[in-house]
Amino acid sequence: MESCNCIEPQWPPDDLLMKYQYISDFFIALAYFSIPLELIYFVKKSAVFPYRWVLVQFGAFIVLCGATHLINLWTFTVHSRTVASVMTTAKVLTAAVSCITALMLVHIIPDLLSVKTRELFLKNKAAELDREMGLIRTQEETGRHVRMLTHEIRSTLDRHTILKTTLVELGRTLALEECALWMPTRTGLELQLSYTLRQQNPVGYTVPIHHPVINQVFSSNRAVKISPNCPVARLRPAGKYMPGEVVAVRVPLLHLSNFHINDWPELSTKRYALMVLMLPSDSARQWHVHELELVEVVADQVAVALSHAAILEESMRARDLLMEQNVALDLARREAETAIRARNDFLAVMNHEMRTPMHAIIALSSLLQETELTPEQRLMVETILKSSNLLATLINDVLDLSRLEDGSLQLDLGTFNLYAVFREVLNLIKPIASVKKLHVSLTLAPDLPEYAIGDEKRLMQTILNIVGNAVKFSKEGSISITAFVAKLDTLRDSKAPEFLPVLSDNIFYLRVQVKDSGSGINPLDIPKLFTKFAQNQSTGTRNSGGSGLGLAICKRFVNLMEGHIWIESEGLGKGCTAILIVKLGMAERVNESKLPYMPKMPTNHGQTAFPGLKVLVMDENGVSRMVTKGLLLHLGCDVTMVGSSDECLRLVSHEHKVVFMDICVPGIDSYGITIRIHEKFTKRHERPLLVALTGNTDKVKKENCMRAGMDGLILKPVSLDKMRSVLTDLLEHRVFFEAI
Amino acid sequence: MDLIQLQRQLVDYRTSLYHEGFLDEQFTQLQSLQDENNPDFVVEVVSLFFEDSERLLNELSKALEQQIIDFKRMDAQVHQLKGSSSSIGAHRVQKLCIVFRNYCEAHNVEGCLKCLQQVKHEYGIIKTKLESMFQLEQQILNAGGSIPV
Repeated sequence: MESCNCIEPQWPPDDLLMKYQYISDFFIALAYFSIPLELIYFVKKSAVFPYRWVLVQFGAFIVLCGATHLINLWTFTVHSRTVASVMTTAKVLTAAVSCITALMLVHIIPDLLSVKTRELFLKNKAAELDREMGLIRTQEETGRHVRMLTHEIRSTLDRHTILKTTLVELGRTLALEECALWMPTRTGLELQLSYTLRQQNPVGYTVPIHHPVINQVFSSNRAVKISPNCPVARLRPAGKYMPGEVVAVRVPLLHLSNFHINDWPELSTKRYALMVLMLPSDSARQWHVHELELVEVVADQVAVALSHAAILEESMRARDLLMEQNVALDLARREAETAIRARNDFLAVMNHEMRTPMHAIIALSSLLQETELTPEQRLMVETILKSSNLLATLINDVLDLSRLEDGSLQLDLGTFNLYAVFREVLNLIKPIASVKKLHVSLTLAPDLPEYAIGDEKRLMQTILNIVGNAVKFSKEGSISITAFVAKLDTLRDSKAPEFLPVLSDNIFYLRVQVKDSGSGINPLDIPKLFTKFAQNQSTGTRNSGGSGLGLAICKRFVNLMEGHIWIESEGLGKGCTAILIVKLGMAERVNESKLPYMPKMPTNHGQTAFPGLKVLVMDENGVSRMVTKGLLLHLGCDVTMVGSSDECLRLVSHEHKVVFMDICVPGIDSYGITIRIHEKFTKRHERPLLVALTGNTDKVKKENCMRAGMDGLILKPVSLDKMRSVLTDLLEHRVFFEAI
Repeated sequence: MDLIQLQRQLVDYRTSLYHEGFLDEQFTQLQSLQDENNPDFVVEVVSLFFEDSERLLNELSKALEQQIIDFKRMDAQVHQLKGSSSSIGAHRVQKLCIVFRNYCEAHNVEGCLKCLQQVKHEYGIIKTKLESMFQLEQQILNAGGSIPV
């Protein structure tokens, strides 16, 4: 035998143990080779495996182990050294890789374990979410049910339908066995079963209201679980079943709703109805929180819906009532109108009938006065005349007043000269005042417009009445009349809360105050002054005559003029002040020509435009007097010249149509002359037109002229054409104020 | 002199008076008032003006010579003069009167004296001029012509 480098195994190869070792090694190698194959196969199948390189490592380790065991098979027989060295290499490699793998596993195994725990955690979470999802879905269902219920309830305004629907829907939503509504009775001491779900016509069970359970339910706005044995819950005939849970909730009855018609005693506490809900018996169902919430919400909605229904009923009833009242009022109005018409007809007829004999009496008495009479006869006739005049005035006043009262009197509006009204009043009152030695003064405010729109005749009548009263009731002293434009604050403090002046651009409020120092009036009597026929019965006034209607008529006129009139007095003997505020329209400045030269007639030089017009020229300056005279002569007028105011007054007559006065001379009281001319000619159509001539002027002077009573104002120098147009304008409109 | 020439001379003279501010349109108005009913209207008015003015100027001179000067009365008189001069259209005189009045209001004696002199001066001029104009007119009328407007 040649000596080889073979290594002999330690044990004989035919040994049984060796044989078993041989077989085991073989199978180990097989397994070790197939494990990585399996791993590769399954990992390739799975999508996610984060540790591929670990796999590789592991695979290497297994393969090498398998290789080792496989090579070990050869060492059971005699084997050469090469085999032994290969074996050794394999073992060494295997050792290395396995150590590395062992070290690696230290890192990897905790990771793998934590993956496992995370998986468990996620599973739990998923289960929890599933539960919550289920809960939310249930709540949403409930919410939907509530909305639907509410919709059903609110879609009708009939309270029976509302209640019925509520019960039906609740029953359906919550799958109730029974649902009932108990309403408080008329007396409020009992609850009566009004509606149920299952029973069609509930028999009128009643339950006293002061049951502790009921009180408990009423005291809270939550749905309360109550015992099925409670009187309100005993709705079904007691069966052998286990009754389901019962819940009761209060339904507030807003106090407008009265179910059992009208006379409802007022209870101080809020009133409630009771809603009872029963779950099906024997179902072991429990009231869930969300179901209770649903019930509470529904109860509130029902309360609101019921009150709406009640309000509707109320308003319908009220409307019916109003319609009835309207019909009645209409009838009453028509009857009143008929009555007024009848009265007016009567008055008109009576008026005519009464006036005719009155006229006869007055006329004939006046005629009688003219004849020869003895003194006693004369006295008698005068008395007859005076009495009949009084009677005629009374008849007129009564007719006026009745026309005023039923509003058939209307104001005659027109543009008029306000200053002229005051002057007329003054003129009319002066004679009487001077007889009684009373001093009358008139003050017109500078801002008082000269022209106004209103009822001139009635305004004058009113002012005259007041001034007349002042004169009548004053034995001595003075009477002052002031007139000015009322400003808003003075308007507001007038003694009438219902007097609401409205200011606008074209109107102004005229305020006239007549103050006298006469017998005064007791402040307590003042309210009666303006009532018809109420005479002041204090001494001294009984002889004054008058029917007591004057002030009443004035008040009516003033009311028509949207104004206010009242009297203030501090007491008997202290005089009194009558104050009158009326609304007047602002008039455009009448007849003011914007251009001084605006000849209305075609200019005909040399042709006389005013043949024979008698004029008076007053001018202290000889030269300018001559020039003016020349102008007027040229126009064909008949000119009289005067050089002083006295001469003017002496010579002025009703034949003169126009008086030209030069007022720019200091020292001439042209205003005084104006006033005196006014006094001389009381009738308006007799008085000549007064025109001021002035070389320089300003607005103040112009307004002074207007106020003094001049009819015109012209600026010097006056040309021929200007004079011609001025005269034309003047004679046509009776006024000419040159624009400054 | 020829009639046409006289008339032309008159027109020129009148125009010059207007241009130089001695007269204003008031004088024209006066002339327009003269017609066959009133043939000497202008002459009458102007004569009256002369009389008035001379009287007033004399009084004003006397007033300013006094110890105690009555300004108020002077003011009234100057006002009169102003009125007269404006009535006939003596423009310069009128303007001086306005100034005179201011001095009177201010009680300014020096001013018043000065102004009075000026007024007298102007009045003299206008009087001469108007008299010449009237002479011209009279010549034209004597020559048988008519006075141009």
